[in-house]
Amino acid sequence: MFSYYFQLGLHSLKRNPILTALMVLGIALGIAASMTSLTLMHIMGSDPIPWKSDRLHYVQLDNWDPNQPWDEEGNPPDQVTYKDAQALMEAGKADRQAAMFKVALPIQPENPEVKPFLALGRATYGDFFAMFEPPFAYGGGWDHGQDAQHGRVVVLTRETNEKLFGGQDSVGKRVRMNEVDYTVVGVLAEWKPRIKFYDLTNGALADAEEFFVPYTTMIELKAQASGNNSCWKGAEPGWEGYLASDCIWQQFWVQLDSPAKFADYKSYLDNYTNEQKKLGRFQRPLNNRLFDVNGWLQNQKVVPKDVQVQVGLSFAFLAVCLINTIGLLLAKFTRKSGEIGLRRALGASKPQLFAQHIIESGVIGISGGAFGLALTFAGLVMVRALYKDYANVAQLDWTMVVATVVLSTVAAVLAGLYPTWRACQIAPAAQLKTQ
Amino acid sequence: MEIRPIISALMRSKVALVLIGLQIALTLAIVCNALFIISQRIETMNRPSGMNEADTFQIASNGFGDGFSTKNAFAEDLALIRGLPGVRAATPINSLPMTNGGWSEGVNMQAGQKVPTTVTTIYFMDEHGIDTFGTKLIAGRNFKPEEITTRSRQSVDWPPGLIITKALADKLYPGQDAVGKAFYLNPEGAPLTIIGIVDRLIVPWPEGFSYNGDHSVVENSVLVPQMTAYGNHTGYLIRTEPGRRDELMKTVEAKLGDSNHSRIVRSLKSVEQIRAECYANDRAMMIILGTVIFCLLTITALGIVGMASFWVTQRTKQIGTRRALGATRASILRYFLTENFLITTGGLLLGAVLTYAFSLWLMAHEQEAKLLPWHYVPIGFVCLWALGQIAVLGPATRAARVPPAVATRSV
Repeated sequence: MFSYYFQLGLHSLKRNPILTALMVLGIALGIAASMTSLTLMHIMGSDPIPWKSDRLHYVQLDNWDPNQPWDEEGNPPDQVTYKDAQALMEAGKADRQAAMFKVALPIQPENPEVKPFLALGRATYGDFFAMFEPPFAYGGGWDHGQDAQHGRVVVLTRETNEKLFGGQDSVGKRVRMNEVDYTVVGVLAEWKPRIKFYDLTNGALADAEEFFVPYTTMIELKAQASGNNSCWKGAEPGWEGYLASDCIWQQFWVQLDSPAKFADYKSYLDNYTNEQKKLGRFQRPLNNRLFDVNGWLQNQKVVPKDVQVQVGLSFAFLAVCLINTIGLLLAKFTRKSGEIGLRRALGASKPQLFAQHIIESGVIGISGGAFGLALTFAGLVMVRALYKDYANVAQLDWTMVVATVVLSTVAAVLAGLYPTWRACQIAPAAQLKTQ
Repeated sequence: MEIRPIISALMRSKVALVLIGLQIALTLAIVCNALFIISQRIETMNRPSGMNEADTFQIASNGFGDGFSTKNAFAEDLALIRGLPGVRAATPINSLPMTNGGWSEGVNMQAGQKVPTTVTTIYFMDEHGIDTFGTKLIAGRNFKPEEITTRSRQSVDWPPGLIITKALADKLYPGQDAVGKAFYLNPEGAPLTIIGIVDRLIVPWPEGFSYNGDHSVVENSVLVPQMTAYGNHTGYLIRTEPGRRDELMKTVEAKLGDSNHSRIVRSLKSVEQIRAECYANDRAMMIILGTVIFCLLTITALGIVGMASFWVTQRTKQIGTRRALGATRASILRYFLTENFLITTGGLLLGAVLTYAFSLWLMAHEQEAKLLPWHYVPIGFVCLWALGQIAVLGPATRAARVPPAVATRSV
């Protein structure tokens, strides 16, 4: 039965190629517009580390100006001071913890063919690798011993290793950065988090690091952070003065493996700030936060407003396309009244006619969906060309491909429901009489 | 006029009527709001930066090793660059308008002030800075060569005499001559004197720089006579004679690289390129919205054509009858045009309501969004009326060509 109705449907669609093309094009454009914008929102808003996002927490402490809050919404600052990061690292109350900041160092390759270049890196603790689980191609991260001894060690990303060592296993080799030699302890495999969630302050869509080095080593070498730095109060002069200041320039992540640990850590933070209040710091009301990964992404509004507006507009556009299709299907089925009347008179039941016409609508929906999927690819190519930093997020994944096909079929069938129902109401006699 | 029979005919196909009306209503709502967003983006992108953008470019370098002295590099580089034929002026910089990276600082009127009066960005430069940027000194004086000092990494003091933009001067001393008057960057430090005022220079973050909801701070800049000699980083802005920028960009890059091998020359970019990158997202939004508007109007127009064609076919016999009873071609044409006008008008009235509903939704989403100005709605009305009439013209002409004899034939 299905294949017969399917053929009837195809036949009927072929009879008015322009009308059919118009319906398919309408659905395809509507689907492409909404799926392109939805893909951006889906990828930007999706969990970057789903297997442990609820165990990784971002520490925020409100050490800001007693006279003025950090922002108009009452959030605590989005980074922490060196002083506080050190205190939390030393206490070590979480299952794992890593303070970090962004650095930029000139790499001086041994190979004279490769010119020195400025590389962006991350100064952090050895726990970083266990917490965020970047995949290693060779070697691994460094241990707590290297953190304590300010080890001259480095973890390279795949791209940097490619550039410096032609992609070979470079563990044990030396890399010279800003006149200091570092030993390679690990090389990452391809690692491109679509959202750089561990440092949203310096750009959720910023490029990934080119290397990782111990935090303690960078502090010893007085490597200025190259990321955002905010101060509400002037610092004392000199490097020591800067480290002792209330300027915020570091990110602090903890891994807490159970809800009990989370509660303990929260109260530890509150105790810490209360202790600091006695020393004259933290003059603002207690406002510490401990967001998990997804909470932090939401708080920092990672999905740009423009993308949200685009989603709203494109779904309104899809609505117009669907209304358009309903109207055209209605016209088409009404025009077939004679044929429907004849089939009814020859014994076809209402459910049979209903099935036939729903299949016809479904064919339009699936064609529209398939065409729409192709247009969505084109749309994403356009988005990548328009927004340079969207290369990692303007990518179709399988969820969205399936969603596209389902959405367009459901949309077309829904659009077909009313016209089909109307077509089934045709009384056979009335139609046959006028012939 | 034949409005009454048209309406009674329309009432016989209410669903189709509602569908087209709804489609037109949504189209109006989307087009008006999208056009408004586009016009706001155009306004943002057209904001003058206050600097010469056609003949300027930036270049930076990072030195490494003990042999590199930033202080020497500044002196040598500037002498080298200024000596090149075609270079009009050059200045050391820390940041530029529209680069989205720079220094912001609170501005205070009194010593010990708790909450800053407003905020500003800091542009470090030397006595050639104003000429290189291409902004105009409108009051007071320029920096003198002997006033230029070197700023060390964690320095917290400011030089005593600074130049500020007119926007900042008007905010600090409204209606007065600000030259010679004082303000504080560090409320615990010494008072600073305004020695000059420049016309305009916007901050590095033209979108998103605000202070307690005040967006006019985007033109608040303080020019500081210092070179930031730290982090082994040196940055320059170079202004060339008109038309020689591209050629000099290559020359300067090569010369700086050759002059000292223990450094990395980078960030070579013309200010025009910086502007394009700064507003790339606005441009993208405009192109995307423009594409949506185009597709939407096409779909709606084709939908009207489709429905009108269907109606014409359905009514062929009636049209023939009317023609046989003496209706002229013009009156058949007029019938379909009027019918479309009535449907469109109904849709547009509903659309006006939807348009503002949409505008309110946008305002809820974007704090900076404004309510749609009313004049977009009548303009949208006229455009969609015209679109409807043009779309229906084809089918209506076909209807007018139906011969009266059709009435006598069976279908």
